[in-house]
Amino acid sequence: MANGERPTFLERVQAIDRRIIFLFVALAVSLPLVFHVIFPEKISPIVSSMFDRIESLPEGSRVLISFDYSPSTVPEVQPMVDAVVRHCAARKQKLYLMALWATGQNITDETIHRVIEKEFPEYRYGEDYLNLGYKSGNQGLINVILTDMKKMYTTDVHGTAIDSIPMMAQIRNLRNFDIIFTFGGGFPGTKEWVLFAGDPGKIPVASGVTAVQAPLLYPYYPSQLLGLMGGIKGAAEYEYELIRRYPRFANVAHPGIDMMGPQAVAHLVIMLFIVIGNIAYFAGRRREAKRQGTP
Amino acid sequence: MRRQVPLIITLIVGAVLIIAAFIPHHPFGRLGENFSLYFDIIAVFAFLLGGGNLVRIHGARFLRGVRTSVQEAKKGGGFWPLKFLVEFPFFAFGGLEDKRGRDWFFSLITLAGFFAMLYAGLFKIGNPDGWQGNVTQPGGLFQEFYQSMFNPLQATMYALLAFFVASASYRAFRAKTLEATILLATAFIILLGRTPAGTYATDWLPSWLDFFHIPNLANWIMAVPNLAGQRAIMIGISLGVIAMSLRVILGVERTYLGADEK
Amino acid sequence: MERRPIWYLVGLIAVILAFAVSTTLRGFYITLGSFLTLSILSFLYKDNIFYKAAEHLFVGVSAGYWMVMGFWSVLIPNLIGKLHPPLVRPFVPAIADQPPSYWYFIPAVLGLMLLWRLSPKWPWISRWALAFIVGTTAGLNFIRYMASDLLGQINSTMVPLVVIEGGALDTLTSMSNIVIFLGVFCGLIYFFFSKEHKGAFGVGSRIGIWILMVTFGAGFGYTVMARISLLVGRFQFLLGDWLGILS
Repeated sequence: MANGERPTFLERVQAIDRRIIFLFVALAVSLPLVFHVIFPEKISPIVSSMFDRIESLPEGSRVLISFDYSPSTVPEVQPMVDAVVRHCAARKQKLYLMALWATGQNITDETIHRVIEKEFPEYRYGEDYLNLGYKSGNQGLINVILTDMKKMYTTDVHGTAIDSIPMMAQIRNLRNFDIIFTFGGGFPGTKEWVLFAGDPGKIPVASGVTAVQAPLLYPYYPSQLLGLMGGIKGAAEYEYELIRRYPRFANVAHPGIDMMGPQAVAHLVIMLFIVIGNIAYFAGRRREAKRQGTP
Repeated sequence: MRRQVPLIITLIVGAVLIIAAFIPHHPFGRLGENFSLYFDIIAVFAFLLGGGNLVRIHGARFLRGVRTSVQEAKKGGGFWPLKFLVEFPFFAFGGLEDKRGRDWFFSLITLAGFFAMLYAGLFKIGNPDGWQGNVTQPGGLFQEFYQSMFNPLQATMYALLAFFVASASYRAFRAKTLEATILLATAFIILLGRTPAGTYATDWLPSWLDFFHIPNLANWIMAVPNLAGQRAIMIGISLGVIAMSLRVILGVERTYLGADEK
Repeated sequence: MERRPIWYLVGLIAVILAFAVSTTLRGFYITLGSFLTLSILSFLYKDNIFYKAAEHLFVGVSAGYWMVMGFWSVLIPNLIGKLHPPLVRPFVPAIADQPPSYWYFIPAVLGLMLLWRLSPKWPWISRWALAFIVGTTAGLNFIRYMASDLLGQINSTMVPLVVIEGGALDTLTSMSNIVIFLGVFCGLIYFFFSKEHKGAFGVGSRIGIWILMVTFGAGFGYTVMARISLLVGRFQFLLGDWLGILS
């Protein structure tokens, strides 16, 4: 808009009100949700290695699941947790649930209520699954329970003495678990589990994290991290594979798959915006160069 | 005493934990474990400190605001308590600001939220199992407050970022240089490859070109060049953490002690 | 005294009415959650009192939440329950008969020292506790970062650059391993600031930038994915749990 000229179409496009962009994003997310747009998925190798490990664990294996996230990342992480809990329960494995984040304790309770109690009524508390709850200390907590669980966990979340819980009879420290699953989206999370438990204790660690964190964790795979689910895409892949192998789960909620519809449309809209922004920018630059070239 | 003792504490604790990794036997192994345990417990005092600090700051701001509004109500004569009550809703909307120009009424909201959560949680109000039950048990007021306030507020705060990411991409993501173009191209492949759109876009490729199928390409980018870049960053960060840890333990780095105060 | 436009009051009355209707239909807590969600989202239009109120409420609720969790999860069972077990009998009877462990006076005293920061007198006392926290973090991180993030990562980069599978060259794996090796190496060259990036060193640094650009591009793609997922979650709540229009 040089020399007081009227702005061209492209200049106006470049200076578009951000609220119009917001509106498009909102529509891109809400419309596919309303019309329930879903797509098939294919499991990728990094997710598959996690899935296959649970498949290969014998019945009654001890699985520790750490809930290291908060409501800010629940939409991304919870579908992964639900799918893994279902998978482990279908394989009749023993589930030990704990949290490095305070908010993780609330989320653990919800998960137990929504998935274990409703879908696996045969699962008995204290014998098949256990809620250890939240303890503070972040990596310090992992460092302590790597050698002695009972130093921090004197009771479960309901106040039952840890020694009186049948599931804890064979557990002295983290090394007694067959696998550690950590679900999270920040600090403390997967990195701390790898650094302070997986590597020093030689314990297999697998993880499901937010998409923001996933690229940062790739260097640990596969030597230090068994597998990794990144964002809602990872969750959808896991859900899809679970339904393929266990058709009875086709009728339960699969939020990961459901969310991939809006996800796909929103990605396309954002890409379109980037393309339009670039076209407007380069066309404007060209026009400016021409104007300067011909006085 | 004010600076020397903390430096000695840091040196002993840090050194013991390092030695314990190399000599995990008596007394270092046990000491290292106990230091970690104490650390876990002290960490919880930080939560109390946070709450206390919040009450101190917002309480002071709120009281300052009330004082200012009472002074306003007293101006011009009349029965000031009534004037104060009538004008109170207007103060609520930021009509009267404190001396520092902040909306003091919102501090009351912060304090109300804080004490409501404390009341529901510390007294386990409505908890199905009473005093001995799990504080986060569904049905208790604490869990209800968590679900209806904490959860939507935090989740929406983060969800807002979706809009700003879109807007910022539109305005700032330009393929001006080779480097920016590489970044943009990678982002596009990932954005496409992580949705079904990528699958449909290159589904027609013959099997010998399978590598260029967008989802496969996205997987490769994540597992190879992304891994390489992240690993370089990770190695750099680890060197930084190691150096900083040593500086802290040896007392070279003292900024955490704050300024010298009398 | 400056008075805000009457529209604020009109808006407030409209919200109260909508709230009353929604509460009847959906229940108080769902309505409250939706109201707070919309209050935060209203910031997209422009800053306003609903957003400000919700933001301030969030700060208060968060602080209260963490205090409660710390109190019941750690302070009661792991500190008071260790120092004087009979004290916790009304809350955690299972540990009330255990013998006391007086070593826990150390974290108790250090914790109280940390709280001294709130006092206007002698705030330097909190430094002792802070020194313990900093020392522990430094000691733990020193070892683990060296083992896992430095040596572990270097070890994982030492991969065969020519991979032969079944007597034939595995082109893809070989190429991938070369990219990983060169990528890490050149990335580190780029971060080496004490030598001028010229000549062969400059070429390495340039390749390092390209690799880092790919990394940042991947990071951007994943960040978009993450943010959209969170937004989908909120829309699921508003359209599904609150309005009930999702199947």
